Amino acid sequence: MTTSLTKEKLIEMFGKMIEIRFFEEKVFELYAQNLVPGTIHLYLGEEAVAVGVCTALNKDDYITSTHRGHGHCIAKGADLNRTMAEILGKKTGYCKGKGGSMHIADFNIGMMGATAVVGAGLPIAVGAALSAKLRNTSQIVACFFGEGASNQGTFHESINMAATWCLPVIFVCENNLYAMGTRQSRVMAIENISDRAAAYGIPGVTVDGNDVIAVYKASQKAAGQARKGEGPTLIECKTYRLKGHSRVDPAKYRPKQEVEEWLKKDPIKRLKQHLIETKTLTEQEIQQIEKQAQTKIEEAVKFAMESPTPNPEEALEDIYA
Amino acid sequence: MRKITYRDALREALREEMKRDPTVFLLGEDIGKYWGGAFKVTEGLAEEFGEERVRDTPISENAIIGTAVGAAITGTCPVAEIMFGDLTALAMDQIANQAAKIRYMFGAQAKCPMVIRTPFGAGVNIASHHSQSLEAWFMHTPGLHVAVPSTPYDAKGLLKTAIRGNNPTVFCEHKLLYPIEGEVPEQEYTIPFGKADTKREGEDVTIVATLYMVHKALNAAKQLEKENAINAEIIDPRTLTPLDTQAIIKSVKKTGRLIIVTEDCKTAGVSAEIAAIAAEHAVDYLDAPIKRVAEPDTPIPFSPPLEQYVIPNEKTIIKALKEVLQTW
Ligand SMILES: Cc1ncc(C[n+]2csc(CCOP(=O)(O)OP(=O)(O)O)c2C)c(N)n1
Repeated sequence: MTTSLTKEKLIEMFGKMIEIRFFEEKVFELYAQNLVPGTIHLYLGEEAVAVGVCTALNKDDYITSTHRGHGHCIAKGADLNRTMAEILGKKTGYCKGKGGSMHIADFNIGMMGATAVVGAGLPIAVGAALSAKLRNTSQIVACFFGEGASNQGTFHESINMAATWCLPVIFVCENNLYAMGTRQSRVMAIENISDRAAAYGIPGVTVDGNDVIAVYKASQKAAGQARKGEGPTLIECKTYRLKGHSRVDPAKYRPKQEVEEWLKKDPIKRLKQHLIETKTLTEQEIQQIEKQAQTKIEEAVKFAMESPTPNPEEALEDIYA
Repeated sequence: MRKITYRDALREALREEMKRDPTVFLLGEDIGKYWGGAFKVTEGLAEEFGEERVRDTPISENAIIGTAVGAAITGTCPVAEIMFGDLTALAMDQIANQAAKIRYMFGAQAKCPMVIRTPFGAGVNIASHHSQSLEAWFMHTPGLHVAVPSTPYDAKGLLKTAIRGNNPTVFCEHKLLYPIEGEVPEQEYTIPFGKADTKREGEDVTIVATLYMVHKALNAAKQLEKENAINAEIIDPRTLTPLDTQAIIKSVKKTGRLIIVTEDCKTAGVSAEIAAIAAEHAVDYLDAPIKRVAEPDTPIPFSPPLEQYVIPNEKTIIKALKEVLQTW
């Protein structure tokens, strides 16, 4: 990893990645204790993608998210307390307990919400970008989705539309190689999703999604172009889930050796090593950051656990504006 | 008789029909040997019949159903799985505009023998995109058959009929039914479409219920009998299209009272259609207004207390029963 990033940015990114890692580990733990209703799709192992992309965005830029969305929220700057409270179904959660793990949103920070319908976020991102253009703002939109989602019509229709209208969107494909148990090679005849960009006449790049600096740099370039009115970019980030698809999926469909290879490429381990090698941070400073993150997460859990559940009748509210 | 689960009953139907007819094949997301279907209905079938006939697809619902349509009108019998009922929305063009209309629009030159299996229903805290009951959408589309099995026995018999049929069938399952056990004979049988089943005989009030609500209605009826000596009759239509209106009318004429319990939301829902039929054909026999127990007109919320509030349950069923019985 070589970098021209400022020290502050690097440390900020490390802090966010650590927060996501600890947050997700905590969610997993709470799930095992039966404290999380429903299901969960953890972002463990993919932290560099959300953090690399969101660090290249401004606060008023938008993102759309997926069923695997906790990391996107945290990277965009969501409050950990309200995120955790939503996952536990509490009244104090971002969506008052109506959304849960798969549907967190914080419109105050441009986080337009996680959709659990695979591929549904792409056209919404295009719409937000169109609106930014119509409203003459300099906002841009980053749209997260998996490689599995890139087989939906919405992927192709959205990129074509954004390309034709030269809209400020960064299409971020989180290619973690598997959609549930389906390996990419079993449902696509191509290896790189970024190749699909050519069909729509936009730049497409593939980056190491476990290298936050690479993700950041590609995102920064795409963001710059989008802001200048030069249109969308498709960035494919190759990454890997540390765990199964959802809740208790043991992910037996992944060869052991492959898992081990990817574990070696853990994005957090790699960034840590980089920070130490470049003398950006000392071991001690790293531990300090980790401790701070742990404390924040403990606070979030405490907040969420102590929060009340919604009153049942609230189910009938908020249907129409 | 042996007891098996709803899930196993469905799998048996698929297996038997695949053995009987080599043109039957399955397609869907993660239905093959790496997952066996999100609810494990197709588990083991890819191993048994090979990946040509148990086909994992990309995440492309509209193309899954469109592919099934194309295969159906050219001499095969596809059984497509849509992982969650909510996601039929992505394939609605192929379901409602293509599959449902191909025969009629082309002057009966073609038939479209295919099945779309998909689970509906709330109750497992997976929120607004994974919990809906959308049976009424398909009931509202001429050209489709709609099956709603509530027991392992019905699931197996109806699925076999759907596969052998000549029309596109939306085969509505319910997430909470998969682990439920019930008697299923070893020997071959099928259940005709358009034939309701009386799940419980009674003379005081008729309950028409579908899918998981049949079980809640049964619990409620038992409790009512024990506590109030009132005997409810439970009619399970088993298919919504065709609908066994005669069975419903007959029961209503007998009891003079009707409540309808379905899990879809109330407005323009399954219960609305059934109420209308009873009103059209048996209004003179009714001793009390018809009552509908259905979900309120909201999306399905995530948090357990919210979700439980919107799903009909034994308590809300008993309340409705007591209301129609007040004019006793
Ligand atoms: C339209 C749609 N089809 C199917 C599903 C069920 N499902 C949920 S996540 C998932 C896999 C998604 O894979 P990918 O887009 O690569 O994202 P990942 O889970 O790998 O992050 C599937 C099939 C869904 N939620 N929505």
